[in-house]
Amino acid sequence: MTQYIARRVISLIPVLLGVSIIVFSLIRMIPGDPVTVMLGERARLEDIERVREEMGFNRPIHEQYIEWMGRILRGDLGTSIINRTPVMDELRSRLAATIELVVAAMIIGLIIGISVGIISAIKQNSWIDLTATVGVLLGVSMPIYWLALILMYALAVNRQIFPPSARLDVHLDVTRHTGFMLIDTLLMGDMSLFLNALWHLILPAFVLSTTVMPILARMTRSSMLEVLRQDYVRTADAKGLRRRTVVIQHALKNALLPVITIVGLQLGGLLGGALLTETIFSWPGMGLWTYRAILSRDYPIVQGAVLVSATIYVVVNLLVDISYAYVDPRIRYQSQ
Amino acid sequence: MSTTANAQVAALNEIMVPGQSRSLMSDAWRRLLSSWNGRVGLVMITITILIGVLAPVVWPYDPYTDSNLAESRMSPSLQHPFGTDRLGRDMLRRIVHGTRVSLLIGFVVVFASGAVGILLGLFAGYFGKAVDSVIMRLMDILLAFPAILLAIAIVAVRGPSLENTMIAVGVVSVPGYARVVRSIVLSVRERDYIDAARMIGVSHGRIMFVHILPNSLSPIIVQMTLGVGSAILFAAALGFLGLGVQPPIPEWGAMISDAIPFLRQSPYLVFFPGMAIMLTVLGFNLLGDGLRDALDPQLRK
Repeated sequence: MTQYIARRVISLIPVLLGVSIIVFSLIRMIPGDPVTVMLGERARLEDIERVREEMGFNRPIHEQYIEWMGRILRGDLGTSIINRTPVMDELRSRLAATIELVVAAMIIGLIIGISVGIISAIKQNSWIDLTATVGVLLGVSMPIYWLALILMYALAVNRQIFPPSARLDVHLDVTRHTGFMLIDTLLMGDMSLFLNALWHLILPAFVLSTTVMPILARMTRSSMLEVLRQDYVRTADAKGLRRRTVVIQHALKNALLPVITIVGLQLGGLLGGALLTETIFSWPGMGLWTYRAILSRDYPIVQGAVLVSATIYVVVNLLVDISYAYVDPRIRYQSQ
Repeated sequence: MSTTANAQVAALNEIMVPGQSRSLMSDAWRRLLSSWNGRVGLVMITITILIGVLAPVVWPYDPYTDSNLAESRMSPSLQHPFGTDRLGRDMLRRIVHGTRVSLLIGFVVVFASGAVGILLGLFAGYFGKAVDSVIMRLMDILLAFPAILLAIAIVAVRGPSLENTMIAVGVVSVPGYARVVRSIVLSVRERDYIDAARMIGVSHGRIMFVHILPNSLSPIIVQMTLGVGSAILFAAALGFLGLGVQPPIPEWGAMISDAIPFLRQSPYLVFFPGMAIMLTVLGFNLLGDGLRDALDPQLRK
């Protein structure tokens, strides 16, 4: 196991190095002078000089990269062009907001997706199964921002059941410890604040969950159908166990293993979907931040956010692989 | 005679009667038409393509002369079945012309990224060793980015336009093809007829393109069909963010984001372009699923 983990971690290094090179090159691939592009045509000459000096554009490219990499390893992602504040400062609260949204979406997606998958498998070819199949097909084909707007119209604009934006009502304030609204409001011991935060989370999280829900439902259904055909399920049935016991205790456990593996693979989709969801619900996370930075050509923020997202994605996938290899020892030997 | 018995006789005929055998492709085609998702997908895509082709004839549209501020944001009516937008342009015409843009992006992206991905996958799988490590490591790096983020970053650097939308969506699609092709090549490479070809001195290029590639086509076709749908979905997301196809070209994603300020009063402006995206992508997804069932020998009963 240790050997497997070591091998996987080592294989990560070239990938992360490549990611850093791409992110590093991004600004330098802007046609024309990147500093002029960032500051605009009418920027003062001394500002242009200052930013150029700051970003090290005057030096040879490999020196620039080594210097940039060194700063990143020390946890310095550079300075925002517009706010003049360190990118790292804002990153923390942004990251917490996105993680809260993504985790909530994953939980909703897992609960609904897996339940629908199980029911479709047990009642194969029933009208429930048919509805679920159609729902899955529509779900994969649907643009998430469109669903977000439709739900927003129906539930937040036309009828004001849910708030249309932000993480908390404007007049409310929370002392931030962790950056996770649900945890911070609980730490303050104020139930109404917690419910307010939860209320703001539900709609965006549900919208985001639809990026994973159909895939989870489909996987669960086919995996469950496969398992239900196995001999040990027939044995359990033959022993006279209740159907519910057979399904939940015997079949489900084995059926869920392949479903769990794809959870890690879905993270990329979730992070991408989070960007679209956040722009619509004004959710102050990484996605909205990156998007606004792109529009305002604040490239240090774009670099930092893209680098961090990619690193998280790669690391989480590694953790999923490792945990899967832990559960299923065959994996460790197969990939040798 | 029962239907199963009929099927058995038909299957027997297939084997026994010479001259009646069908080619692999016509066989697959028949199975595609017998599956419901393949049939529905095929019909939906045919209609979509017809709409796209006939658009200039049946629903002529000019983004400039069609705008009429006196008819700004009219609700759906007989004259304007999908209503009119902020500038008084007929939404039906805009959406119909958006079909052309989306289909163009979908097909161009799939052919370009498919070609690149197939080549990379072939080389990686066939030559193995260092070639394989280098190519697949590069693909891993591209896959390390959440796809939308990478596409946005590319557009942010190159500037938003139709061409850059295709480039961005194309780049993020390449690793998928490379992976699929490589994995098939790895298994096809070990077959006896490849060894035989190598032994009689057939060149690497000929082995790859004449012997391996044609025998790896099924999964590639499925992947490319599904790829058209995801490319359209992707390009629309870029358009929605204002980083894709630019006005005055009518593009579905951009239509949706244009309509956001009027969500309360004119929700139909959001509704119809989104339906267009969903139905088009659905068509390709259904066809892809149908093809997978039809082409996968392991699923054959």
